[in-house]
Amino acid sequence: MIAFILRRVFQSVIVLLIVGLVAFSMFRFVGDPIENMLGQERTQADVDRLRTQLGLDQPFIVQYLKFLGNAAQGNFGVSYRQGRPVATILAERAPATLELAAVSGTLAVLVGIGMGVFTAIRRNGVASNVIMSLSLVGVSLPTFLIGILLIYLFSVELDLLPSFGRGDTVMVGGWSTGFLTKSGLLALILPSITLGLYQMTLIMRLVRSEMLEVLRQDYIRFARARGLPERVVNFRHALKNTLVPVITVTGLQVGSIIAFAIITETVFQWPGVGLLFINAIQFVDIPVMAAYLMLISVMFVAINLIVDLLYFAIDPRLRIDGRH
Amino acid sequence: MTDFPQPDAVKQAQDPGRMSRLWASDFAYAFRRSPVAIGATAVVLVLVLAAIFAPLIAPHDPFNPATLNLMNGFTPPGTPNAFTGDTFWLGTDDQGRDVFSTILYGLRISLFVGFSAVLLALIIGVTLGLIAGYAGGWAETIIMRVADVQLTFPAILVAMLIFGVAKGITPPEYRNQMAIWVLIIAIGLSDWVQFARVVRGATLVEKNKEYVQAARLIGRTGPAIMLRHILPNVLSPVLVIATISLALAIIAEATLSFLGVGAPPTQPSLGTLIRIGQGFLFSGEWWILLFPSITLLALALAVNLMGDWLRDALNPRLK
Amino acid sequence: MNTPVLSVDALSVEIPTRHGLLKPVDQVSWDIAKGEILGVVGESGAGKSMTGNAVIGLLDRPARISGGQVRLNGTRIDNLTPAQMRKVRGKQIGMVFQDPLTSLNPLLTIGDQLSETIETHLAVGRTEARKRAIAALDEVGIPAAKDRIDSYPFEFSGGMRQRVVIALALCAEPSLIIADEPTTALDVSVQAQVIALLKRICRERGAAVMLITHDMGVIAETADRVAVMYAGRLAEIGPVAQVLGAPRHPYTHGLMGATPLASKGRKRLAQIPGAMPRLGALPNGCAFHPRCPKAQDKCKSDPRPTVQDGAGRAACWFPMEDA
Repeated sequence: MIAFILRRVFQSVIVLLIVGLVAFSMFRFVGDPIENMLGQERTQADVDRLRTQLGLDQPFIVQYLKFLGNAAQGNFGVSYRQGRPVATILAERAPATLELAAVSGTLAVLVGIGMGVFTAIRRNGVASNVIMSLSLVGVSLPTFLIGILLIYLFSVELDLLPSFGRGDTVMVGGWSTGFLTKSGLLALILPSITLGLYQMTLIMRLVRSEMLEVLRQDYIRFARARGLPERVVNFRHALKNTLVPVITVTGLQVGSIIAFAIITETVFQWPGVGLLFINAIQFVDIPVMAAYLMLISVMFVAINLIVDLLYFAIDPRLRIDGRH
Repeated sequence: MTDFPQPDAVKQAQDPGRMSRLWASDFAYAFRRSPVAIGATAVVLVLVLAAIFAPLIAPHDPFNPATLNLMNGFTPPGTPNAFTGDTFWLGTDDQGRDVFSTILYGLRISLFVGFSAVLLALIIGVTLGLIAGYAGGWAETIIMRVADVQLTFPAILVAMLIFGVAKGITPPEYRNQMAIWVLIIAIGLSDWVQFARVVRGATLVEKNKEYVQAARLIGRTGPAIMLRHILPNVLSPVLVIATISLALAIIAEATLSFLGVGAPPTQPSLGTLIRIGQGFLFSGEWWILLFPSITLLALALAVNLMGDWLRDALNPRLK
Repeated sequence: MNTPVLSVDALSVEIPTRHGLLKPVDQVSWDIAKGEILGVVGESGAGKSMTGNAVIGLLDRPARISGGQVRLNGTRIDNLTPAQMRKVRGKQIGMVFQDPLTSLNPLLTIGDQLSETIETHLAVGRTEARKRAIAALDEVGIPAAKDRIDSYPFEFSGGMRQRVVIALALCAEPSLIIADEPTTALDVSVQAQVIALLKRICRERGAAVMLITHDMGVIAETADRVAVMYAGRLAEIGPVAQVLGAPRHPYTHGLMGATPLASKGRKRLAQIPGAMPRLGALPNGCAFHPRCPKAQDKCKSDPRPTVQDGAGRAACWFPMEDA
């Protein structure tokens, strides 16, 4: 088991190094950092000084290693557009995105698995068929249209929920949270549904097909033949076996929630890192783009590792084979 | 099927000659039996034709300032404008542009970007997949590793990054002109992995079959074998992926344009139009937002349904 | 005679399909007494397993019981509601499936699977259930049951797993056990052990056993009586010695000719010409007549005669004479 985890960590580090190379190349070769930082009125002395200061006169590999070292310490340079350290800006913006992603992810996983199980058990029921048909429409609906539709219904027509922003936030030890105020919670509703809907649909369809497959297995038949209640057969025996393949995809989906937050944050003007990233692209703010890329990669890699660990928790075959 | 003259015409339009020989009869039968497939294909066909013939159909050219009258701004659908008395089917936007015309031209851009991006992804993916499957060795390792790493990230994020970098490289004065091409490259590069994986898998299977061995024995070279013998055999899964990718590419383009990192306002696609329309959501000019949205949804849903149906009909083992 | 444990009376199963009704089980009748082992033999598709599934109420839709009765210890069980039937399964009827590798849930320990079954059917707490689970494993000959109860199925060999499956089927002390090809998936060396185990436990507990198999050797060794099925119908039933020694039905006779028995010496094995008809294309009259050496016109129209022969009966107009 330890060997397996170590191997995965090693692979993760490789991925991060590659992403780091991409991020660094962007930083180094897209546009001229010096020009971006100094603007129009500059002297050759300024340019030379900054070039040395930034280490741009050193060999590529040295610069790359320095970049990695800085990135590891959370130092991503200064935003071309805001003139402030990228790390500070990201730290301000991260809580908004993480809270939104956490609520959407939980929603997508819980409702997705619940509806997947329901539609698998009641395979031929009317409700199941309606849910399955709706889910196909759900897959075709672009996220931003869902958001606009929700804003139109609940903000414009019904005037029930806010259409933009986070509402009131409270600072808890350097973390601005919207969980503690009424307006903060209300503001979370529409964005988190928008963000979670697509992943929810995918998880639901996957759980359903895996569950139908598991319900055909001999051990389910044998559990029935032993007179176990349907509840035990469906949830204790079938669901647990369904989860093994579902976890991989769910993990990836949770990862993409953070990326897809870009869209939702734009629709709802949600002040998170996604909105920051989109603005960075519009204004070619390379340090912010590079930092965002690194941040997202670290998250994805972490999620993949957690998924691997969950495998061990659920499947005894891996756990015990690894022990020997 | 006399009530329905289109389906057969549609079918033939879809079928490259070689494939039609392979599964013409079963395929055509399954198609006629599926109202969903007929409906979806009809919707796609209508939209594609509307996009192609947009300059002939559109009542106005929304990009020719000479035909615009600012006085016509914000005319609701179907009612005459208070100042000019002009009537517009689907209303006008803030600058007096006919919404119906902008949708037709927007559709043109959306479909052009979608088809071109898929074509690019297909060419890259199929080529790399063939090489990885046929050559093996380090070429395969590199190609498939890169594919794996890229697959870890959502395609839309990859497309955004490529778009951002390309924008940084392009001189500012060319940015608007280049935007459409950059968009095509960004979406195409973000979407080649599926093609490469399927083609590689199929190539590995075909490579060891006797007819390929025979071709090798009579002295055919690698590229010739791949093109003449292996490629035709992987066409039907590629067709299915291409259809599903088309839906994804159209949605990706709309999303990027909606976010303001895609088609520029001077060349608005459906996504750009929705971005513009969203601004009028609260002020009551709903038509500027609604009609482009419905068009996009119809297009995405119809292509998705076609892809779903194709996958079931051709039944390649995709997953 | 006492009430039989299982009494199947003219049981029929049908499956509606696009091409009409199929009858995988057609008017099958037999009794199994306390402590008796009835072997059920026949080719694949003869309706053996389908009969077993019908008895325990686990027919896959759209298959359903279309006629006849099933009585367990004198009580009808074929017309129970699903909830009532669930209480019968496991508690009064235990079932052992063919493949021990796939019958056990890979993600639950065997202790969990035993305990949940015991807790479902017997009013006992968790500790008591665990104690009984260990006892059940002991009984089927799992060495060091106490230590192995928390193991997962994949940590056992195939033969050991089938012992666990038997422990699971028996842990609520059912009066009827349906064993569906319990040894087919096992190594030959393990087969005999598992059969001996099944036999021993049933004798000790006085349970009735319906042993479904296509292996005549297993029948000869284990069963008291044997039922031969062909195309969903009962061809012949009787005490093992009588049916195997002096088969009345030409099909049984042919089947015996195709079975290598040590006592018969090294004669070339006889074959029955042709193959069992598909359910959708059953001939009129006796389903076996197209392959039967003794078939006459009568066999082509008149379906089921029953010839009583001492303790056995055969569905044949022209039964075989003693050899």
